[in-house]
Formats: sequence, C-alpha cells, structure tokens
Amino acid sequence: MAIRNDGNRNQVQGRGAVADRGPAMTEESADKIGESKAMAQNRHTLDMQLRAILSDILNLDADRVASFTNETGLFGHLPELDSMAVAGLLTEMEDRLDILIEDDDVDGEMLETYGGLLAFAEAKVVGN
Amino acid sequence: MALTIDAGSELRLLILPALFDEANRMRRMTVDTMRALGSVGIDTFLPDLPGCNESLAPLKTQTLSSWQEAAGRAAQTFGVTHALTIRGGALVGPAEIPCIRYAPVTGAKMLRAMLRARSIQAREAGREESLAGLAETGRKEGLDLSGWTLGAEMFRQMEDAVPVPAACTTIEQTELGSSGLWLRAEPGEDADQVRTFARLLAAAIKA
Repeated sequence: MAIRNDGNRNQVQGRGAVADRGPAMTEESADKIGESKAMAQNRHTLDMQLRAILSDILNLDADRVASFTNETGLFGHLPELDSMAVAGLLTEMEDRLDILIEDDDVDGEMLETYGGLLAFAEAKVVGN
Repeated sequence: MALTIDAGSELRLLILPALFDEANRMRRMTVDTMRALGSVGIDTFLPDLPGCNESLAPLKTQTLSSWQEAAGRAAQTFGVTHALTIRGGALVGPAEIPCIRYAPVTGAKMLRAMLRARSIQAREAGREESLAGLAETGRKEGLDLSGWTLGAEMFRQMEDAVPVPAACTTIEQTELGSSGLWLRAEPGEDADQVRTFARLLAAAIKA
C-alpha cells in the first residue's frame, strides 16, 4: 500500500480503494479502511452465497430469499426446512464455503434465524 | 424391472440413476429427460438397481460392486450403445461403454449428507448420534440411513467410492443454468433444465 500526499488530497494506491477523506489520513487509518472494506466485501459475498444455497435447497425464489433479514426465522419457521433439508444445507455450505461443520457446531441457535446462520458461517470462514 | 422407451433406434442409452435419497428427488427429471430423448430418436433404458424400487432383492445385501455388475448385465440385455450416469450413478457405471456423467459425486460426500440427516433426526428425537459414531457402526454392522438399509460392505465401499474410471463426457450442473434438483428439500421438476440437458446429451451421443 502506498500513499502519495498531494496537497489536500490523499491517494491510496494498491489493494485498497482510493481514499479521499481529507489531509489527516495516515497510512495506518488508510490500511484499516482498506481492511474493513475488504471485510465488508467478504461478508457481502458470503451473504450472497448463503442466500443462494438456501434458495437452491428450499426452492424459494430469489426475491423471497433476498428479503430475508437477520431476524428471519429458519428452522422451525420454514416448513421446507426439515431435518433432511438441514443436512443438505450444512453439506452444501461445507462444499461451497470450503468449511467443515462438526457435530457440536449444529445447535438450535445457528439455525434459528438467518442472522444466526450467517454469523456462524462467517466465524467458520474466518477461522479457516 | 426397468423403465424403457424403446423404438428400436440405433442409439440406445442406459441410464444409471442417482442413488438412495437423491434417486427420489431426481426421478422426475430423469424420466422427463427420457421422454425428451425419445423425441429425438434416442432410446433410453432405466433399470431398477437391485434392492431399489420394484426389485425384490434385499437392499441390505447389495454393494456398489453388485450394482456395477447389474449395470453391466442391463447394458448387455438392452444392447445399449451409450450410458448416462446421474450423480452417484457414476459410482456403478459400466466401464466399457461410452458414457456421459451428469454431476458426478463421490460416495464419501453422499454418505456425509445421509449420516448428518440421521444425526439431526436423532437429536430431534432426544438422542445423540455423532457422525463418527454412526460411521463406525456403518462400517461394522451397516446402517439405516433415511430409510435406506446399507449393509456394512456397501457402507465401506461408499466411503472410498469415486466415479468408475472410464472415458466419459461430463455434464456439470452449471451447464444447465440453474441449481441441481437433488438439492431440493422436496422432489421437483424443471422443464428448462430438462430441455438443456436433453440437448447436451443428444449432442454428446450423436457426436
């Protein structure tokens, strides 16, 4: 990451996006912005992947799955999501997200809401 | 028993279906594809694997090897020119016939999903059955998985099974434009997928 001070304008070159936030920018803060943007992007990608898996398994249309919020109930709320479907969901998550889900990971909390499942997937992907 | 569409065509395709639970979810697409191929002059033959559907043989005594032998016998009986394997059907495909594999899968991956379903069902019933514990039982005694009784030998063969080596064309799910019907929680159908699948198959068979 390289920063060129150009008067009042700081330009960040390299992996991070161009930062245009005034003269007080330091290399450290620019790095942090770059990192948090990368994390946000990864989270967005993961979110999209997880919604696609749910759409494939539950045969729900993309609009319905796109409308899921963190509070949307899953296991026990969606009639399509029975134990066979949960098994398929977890196996497909392992495959597409390149993670390993252990017996102990599977509990009511991770499956209760979409937000819970996303947080679980995120922790698994980060810990990989 | 076998489901056949036989008009005496020169192009004759043996279909080895998806295995176990996936067989139920893929049946509709398989049969729709047979009809679509029939309309372009390709005969199709879908045998019941021993121990499945209307076969009177006990499933518990079957192995992947016995299914592969049965597939070879079916190929001879129907005088097929080509074979199509669907998902786990690739694990029992006859090696000596030109073949097309649709979305092949390893035995280990299929077993993991089936073991996990059993483990989750047990937990719902208030029992603990770990994947490792179930696999241990499966290797020693066989196991009932989603209503399919796998003998110990079948279980052990499934753990290591990979698609039978053969000169095959592979059709991956991405070529069909939407997600695989074996993923669906409920058996479904998809006319667009069938149309694309039949077109790809016909091109591969007539090439």
